[in-house]
Amino acid sequence: MTQLILEQALNGLQFGLMLFLLAAGLTLVFGIMDMINLAHGSLYMVGAYLAAAVAAASGSFVIGVLAAVAGTMAVGALLELAVLRRLYTRDHLSQVLATFALILIANEAVRAIWGDQPVMLNAPEALSGPVEIAGFSYPAFRLLIIAVGVLVALALYIAVAKTRVGMWVRAGASNREMTEALGINVKRLFTLVFAVGAGLCALAGAMLGPLLAVQVGMGESILILAFVVIVIGGIGSIRGALVGSLLVGVVDTLGRALLPWLLRSFLPGEVAAHLGPALAAILIYVLMAAILFWKPAGLFPARG
Amino acid sequence: MRLTALAQALAASLLFASPAFAADKVKVGFVSTLSGPGAGLGVDIRDGFNLAVKHLNGKIGNLPAEVIIADDQQKPDVAKAETEKFLKKEKVDFMTGIVFSNIMLAVGPQVFDNKTFYISANAGPSQYAGEQCNPFFFNVAWQNDNLHEAMGKYVQDKGFRNVAIVTPNYPGGKDAVAGFKRFYKGKAEEVYTKLGQLDYAAELAQIRASKPDALFFFLPGGMGINFVKQFVAAGLSKDIQLFAPGFSADEDVIKAVGAPMLGMFNSSHWAHDFDNPENKRFVADFEKEYGRLPSLYASQGYDAALLMDAAVRDVKGKLDDKAALQKALQAKRFKSVRGDFKFNSNHYPVQNYVLRVIGKDVQGRVTNKTMGTIFSNHADAYAASCKMK
Repeated sequence: MTQLILEQALNGLQFGLMLFLLAAGLTLVFGIMDMINLAHGSLYMVGAYLAAAVAAASGSFVIGVLAAVAGTMAVGALLELAVLRRLYTRDHLSQVLATFALILIANEAVRAIWGDQPVMLNAPEALSGPVEIAGFSYPAFRLLIIAVGVLVALALYIAVAKTRVGMWVRAGASNREMTEALGINVKRLFTLVFAVGAGLCALAGAMLGPLLAVQVGMGESILILAFVVIVIGGIGSIRGALVGSLLVGVVDTLGRALLPWLLRSFLPGEVAAHLGPALAAILIYVLMAAILFWKPAGLFPARG
Repeated sequence: MRLTALAQALAASLLFASPAFAADKVKVGFVSTLSGPGAGLGVDIRDGFNLAVKHLNGKIGNLPAEVIIADDQQKPDVAKAETEKFLKKEKVDFMTGIVFSNIMLAVGPQVFDNKTFYISANAGPSQYAGEQCNPFFFNVAWQNDNLHEAMGKYVQDKGFRNVAIVTPNYPGGKDAVAGFKRFYKGKAEEVYTKLGQLDYAAELAQIRASKPDALFFFLPGGMGINFVKQFVAAGLSKDIQLFAPGFSADEDVIKAVGAPMLGMFNSSHWAHDFDNPENKRFVADFEKEYGRLPSLYASQGYDAALLMDAAVRDVKGKLDDKAALQKALQAKRFKSVRGDFKFNSNHYPVQNYVLRVIGKDVQGRVTNKTMGTIFSNHADAYAASCKMK
């Protein structure tokens, strides 16, 4: 049993770190630019498709991932310059409408280029199987995801907490007018932040590709979770995004693993089998509601 | 006096004899899921249907065919609106195309009320096979439970007695379990997941701990792709044999997963390697036309068009004679790409179901290979409760 819980905790950690890659970009854009970008999930989809296409053409998963990150950063920067820049001063409703339109455009564009059916993106041969750790076998590729997630979290922490650009970003998140008044080129900063967010999305898309279906609409299903994460963590806070992601990842995974088992100990099997998954599915939303009840601005609010 | 009587008789005969005229063309309304995550299925049905019309030289039953197409976006309300337009404004003679059973159930009543024939090329809800069966509804594919039943039968016959079943917690998933367990009688550990779930690590760890000797899953669309990828990455395929209904293991899924699917067993009523002249022509021309192998959905779309063609030819183009048209559809005078089948009293097929395994073909492509027959002339479990009018 302890082994099962350990394995599930590892699963939760891995799922949480992947969510973090998505949520980090989303929380920066939302926090700093005060902009709701529903099309964030589309960048994730574009990243996964680019990775699949380049990996298939070059035969190398690593080249695929690198190309996906670079390509999606370029797409993100272009998008910011051409469209999103005009939306910053508008209200949230206009932003939601415009970025929802972007989702539809992105989905149809991807369909036009790559077709209706899901495309293939598999892990490199060496990582496609399980490895033995501490007495149980665990998928090697999931370990790689954990490693990449930890590295990116560290790099982001150093970039945001220890560098000058990071200071501007934090300043922009807590008070935009004051930052502008201090002579920071906020426009350029926004483009940079948006491109980095897009790059993180692409990294998530490319790394999750071997575990999930690479298909049109894949971004929307994961975007909701990313929003839950940043609401829990506090909008605009990288630290909040990390804690929120890990919370959501671990609670969701452990809930799915342990709830049916717990229910089975005092309910008849049939009822437990149906009730367990249903309860597990709403667990993270219960978590979100509880956190909002006690900390309405999230765990680590950036503005204060 | 006699003259008036004659005039009355003439008028009466005119009133009652109106179906005597043959139509000058056949109009087909095709509403299907052509965008969004479920689009791959609708597109395959559409392409199969269009290929059949092309093979028939643009005609259905020797009359010029007009196929009008609309996208339901996998939303029942959109499907209802498009169908209404096709029925009332376009006055179509046949409707077809719907992929998903929940949409079929939403659209059915308005089509039947309009006395238009619906030829389902995919959705086979149990309702329309049983008590709500309708003279205007024909299903050319299967009843939803059939492929699950076939898999349950095979798993039972092969002596597996400890099977895990993975399916989403929604009506379709529960139907799949019911269909499977109608023929599988051993121990079954049922694992229900969230609909649209992405990550299956928790379920896979649970399955690893309970050590079943086989696993049957029904996870439509992207969910199945996610699951198979993660199942193989977790190294479970070495100890646990995978089974699935054909729609979780056809060309659309294989294209997305590739080699990890090798060795997976699945059930179907059709396979692209079926050895009959109709199927050979269909598969070769489909590949030439669209650059990919057809899936079972494409074969069903193709057969839907052939069924319309045969029936319209039978009634000599007299589309207004609904009773004759129903009889002609029921008679099914065409050669299906799946080989022979006939319609049951509830307008659902009675047909063979085969076992397929995913392997490499002579060209080295990962694809399905037919292994043998599981059911011969198998009907669905609901036909008995259908009182067809």
